[in-house]
Amino acid sequence: MIKKIIVKIGGNWVFLISILFLYLLTLIFNKDLFIKSILYTKDVLIEVTPVLIIVFSLTFLANIWLTNKKANKLLTKKIGPLQYITAVILGILSSGPIYMWYPLLSELKEKGLKNSLIAIFLYNRAVKIPLMAMIVYYFGLPFLLVTTFLMIIFSLINGYFVAKFTNN
Amino acid sequence: MQKKYKIATKNTLNNIKSTLPVLFGVILLISWVISIIPSSLYSKFFTGNGFIDSFFGAIVGSIAAGNPVNSYVIGVELFKQNVSLIAVTAFIVSWVTVGVVQFPAESLLLGKRFALIRNVISFFSAIVIAILTIIILQFL
Repeated sequence: MIKKIIVKIGGNWVFLISILFLYLLTLIFNKDLFIKSILYTKDVLIEVTPVLIIVFSLTFLANIWLTNKKANKLLTKKIGPLQYITAVILGILSSGPIYMWYPLLSELKEKGLKNSLIAIFLYNRAVKIPLMAMIVYYFGLPFLLVTTFLMIIFSLINGYFVAKFTNN
Repeated sequence: MQKKYKIATKNTLNNIKSTLPVLFGVILLISWVISIIPSSLYSKFFTGNGFIDSFFGAIVGSIAAGNPVNSYVIGVELFKQNVSLIAVTAFIVSWVTVGVVQFPAESLLLGKRFALIRNVISFFSAIVIAILTIIILQFL
């Protein structure tokens, strides 16, 4: 029965409805927590909207530029060092919350983008250039250099294992 | 040419339609988790044993959600409260690389198997990175 409902309205909407139900329960049992959460949601929405516009614009451009034939040729060929380095750099340079990038990655995955490159991209989002001054101030330059180096290396290891275990 | 734009617009709108409920749901869930867990609670998870604490650091970092700046701010506070650097490092790395709260969204949009494997590997990577960081720093 539940499975039928999920199939009918879609897992995406079931997820949102479940969260809205959680908020309804919060409103009934803890009004302060409800207000705090709503205010935080408002702040996050203001923060992420510009990123979301960029991500959907990129999705639109990807849909124009990457026709199925071109995508097949570009994204499904054997991955080399250049693709890995590109995924690392794009991951480091991308901004905004990680989940904002899921729609674009999902679209590219449908066109044939490998899981390993997605995993590398997502892992490198841990390397935050805007926060580097803050990290040096609190933990020192050696800490920044060592953790950044290790995170880049582990992003590649992560990509390798994700590809291996997802057979992609 | 016009057909190409028409198809691209249609595909993008379909993408927006299927991802917006998930993204909005994740934002609501993150806001709820952040509001219910006070940052002062984090320090209560640590035992003083570096190795065990790196594990707890990774667990707390994986569950915690929000802006990465917060992970560093909370990390500094934990460090000031004598939580070991190994635990703080595991906490900071897992905060950004592992997403328990974002898992439903990652799972729905990128595949359940992909999300599960990526998060499990990232969780253990955070512990290994923390241990290696401390070892390397001792030699610098």
